[in-house]
Amino acid sequence: MMKRALLPVLAMVASHALAAPVDITVWRHDTGDAEMVASRNMVDRFNRAQDKWKVVVETIPQGTYTESITAASLVGHLPCVMAIDQPAVPNFAWAGTIRPLDKLLPASVVQPLLPGGRGTYQGRLYSVGQFDVVLALFARRSRLAAEGIRVATIEQPYSARELQDILLKVKQSGHYRYPLDLNGKATGEWFSYAFSPWLESAGADLIDRGNYLRVDGVLNGDAAVGVARYYGRLFRDRLAERNPADDKSFEQGRSLLQYTGSWKARDYSERFGDDLVVMPPPDFGNGPRIGAASWQWAVSSSCPYPAGAAAFLAHVLSAQEMAGFSRMTGLVPVTADAAALTEHYRPGGAWRIYFDFAARYARPRPATPGYPAISAAFEKAMADVRAGKDAAEAMDEAVETIEHDIARNGGYGFVRREAVARQ
Amino acid sequence: MKTLPGRDHPLAIAGFAGPALLLLGLFMLLPLLFAAGATFTDHRLVSPEPTRYVGLENYRRLLALQVVEVEPLRDAAGAALRDEEGIRFPTWRQTRRARPSLAQYRPAWQVGFGERRFVLAATDPLFYRSLINTFLFALLVLPLQCGVALGLALLVNQRIAGRVFFRTVYFAPVVTSMVVASIVWSFMLNTDRGMINELLRAVTGDPNVGPDWLGEPRYALPAIAIMSAWQGAGFQMLVFLAGLQSISPELYEAATLMGANAWQRFVHVTLPGLRNTIVFVVVSTLLLAFGLFTQVDVMTQGGPLDSTTTVVYHAVRTGFRQQDIGYGSTIAMVFFAIVLLVAVLQRVLVARGENA
Repeated sequence: MMKRALLPVLAMVASHALAAPVDITVWRHDTGDAEMVASRNMVDRFNRAQDKWKVVVETIPQGTYTESITAASLVGHLPCVMAIDQPAVPNFAWAGTIRPLDKLLPASVVQPLLPGGRGTYQGRLYSVGQFDVVLALFARRSRLAAEGIRVATIEQPYSARELQDILLKVKQSGHYRYPLDLNGKATGEWFSYAFSPWLESAGADLIDRGNYLRVDGVLNGDAAVGVARYYGRLFRDRLAERNPADDKSFEQGRSLLQYTGSWKARDYSERFGDDLVVMPPPDFGNGPRIGAASWQWAVSSSCPYPAGAAAFLAHVLSAQEMAGFSRMTGLVPVTADAAALTEHYRPGGAWRIYFDFAARYARPRPATPGYPAISAAFEKAMADVRAGKDAAEAMDEAVETIEHDIARNGGYGFVRREAVARQ
Repeated sequence: MKTLPGRDHPLAIAGFAGPALLLLGLFMLLPLLFAAGATFTDHRLVSPEPTRYVGLENYRRLLALQVVEVEPLRDAAGAALRDEEGIRFPTWRQTRRARPSLAQYRPAWQVGFGERRFVLAATDPLFYRSLINTFLFALLVLPLQCGVALGLALLVNQRIAGRVFFRTVYFAPVVTSMVVASIVWSFMLNTDRGMINELLRAVTGDPNVGPDWLGEPRYALPAIAIMSAWQGAGFQMLVFLAGLQSISPELYEAATLMGANAWQRFVHVTLPGLRNTIVFVVVSTLLLAFGLFTQVDVMTQGGPLDSTTTVVYHAVRTGFRQQDIGYGSTIAMVFFAIVLLVAVLQRVLVARGENA
């Protein structure tokens, strides 16, 4: 009797299970509240818009995020879709952890993406992004005027020397204990993201991009050592703080200038309004440079439902979603269509300047699977220089570490071209 | 010895010990064997290329060591060149160019005696720096933490009002997550606005006083040691407290009757009574000190100038952040051997002490 009464219930449950959408697991790094809410809304809209797929998001602390993916890939526990910091994309592509997206995504979705929205390796697309961030020098108009300092512009950025003179002068005025905030609370990839553009601006680089094999003479050349020495001097002369207690010194008026990313744009423009000035980073000789591409989405090779993953990516790359995300977080959208839908980034918008910076100065980081090792070595060198180590020694050490890593990995699949040519 | 049927039967022993041994094998022995195997390969965390057998290459790279005497730069007459910082020495690159046998070597440590400078050069200088730092940390934290713990235990063992409250207060840091404690202490140790430097300034009346605790090589490791001792001492305090309470009150009474003062009672009753407790506390503190990682990862990332990098931190950085599992395992195995050696040495010394 009992059994008979249960049957219809069981049948109902079973039929419901059959029609239930397939779970698509997504991993993302845990960022600020605004971004997390925007991300959640975006996923909810996707889940409500269709009943074939259901995206399930798991968040992982940002500090150890890339290591978490690496560890998960080792034991074959990757989700379907995951956020990856773009510079790490070639590494995962080379390892076969993530799959190419060229055939997975329709051309209409990929085609409008600016370079900051794509992650490629050896000519194939492996990741797509919704937004980019831009490096800038933030200041307040009134404070600059009070110190008698001109506002830098795209036409006339500060040269490195001029910036140093300004900082020394401001330091002497005694109004600021540390006139420049280099976002010193940030660790990890920040060093490479923020300061390798200085190398490029000086005509140096992290690695020879002609062959992705030569580091000696590039990272420890005169131009690169000059930049490192400049960086070390900022701390030695107490123009920037070595170990700041927090990242609020600019907001609280304890520093005159802050060198950080456009992820602060929203906070700062709300706080300072028209008083805020956004200036290009310093020019070390070849014009200011900034890094391109931020966190992006990739699809794992082990994902059993690539069609579902592709549907989700197509959803997040639509102009509406991109614009919505940008509206909530203040991040820079990576298609012109999406930008046109936002109040801030449309032509003439208040934040259009970040777009202009990206157009003029942005350059992607070296697209080699060796990038994590290069970045780690560069980070250590810069941290040592900050603590007072000789710049030439620090760069030499980084070069040796990187060369050893490249040799140990058989050149990461790159062939030494000049050796072939010489034969 | 009397044999109890059903308890000393081999099957019973196997039944009781089996599950524990199984878990031990599964979660301790097996990973250890895997790691030992990985040390002979160039296994990478992320790589499409197959893992190759490299023999003892990892060990050679880790342990290779040379002591090099570096000659100062000399002028035409043969006298050592000097500048405002003292005698001028060639850079390491120049030294190495002159001596091809040093091709893979980099300096780990150096000492100078007048015109002579000795450099400890290694193919992995960071390993030796880490090893030195780890022992230095143990040396700093061991007396500090055990001393503080014993002092606290003696304090809260008094029959005073509110001693349970104090026990709780002193134990509180232990239950605080090390990550949280590290973050809070980085704030307190901040150069400009940290509580400790503010206190120093208030006491001395000099607004410019106060070292850059975590930014200067000579302060960073002691600062972490003090913080670690503060965080961990509560646990050792509890162990000492248990030890103290197991000492029979009659012994104290007898000692008092014989005219012993407080210090004599401490030396002749408390310390001998605590002998085994002290051995346990010293051993466990030492082993905990060798595992130093969290504080370094949160507070200094091994800096400034490698003054706080430790062996565990080096292994994690190599294995995960640089994705070099083979080499990271090698570091872990060598360190395992060193810790084992220390533990055995300690055991032998304790055993000898018991027989004496």
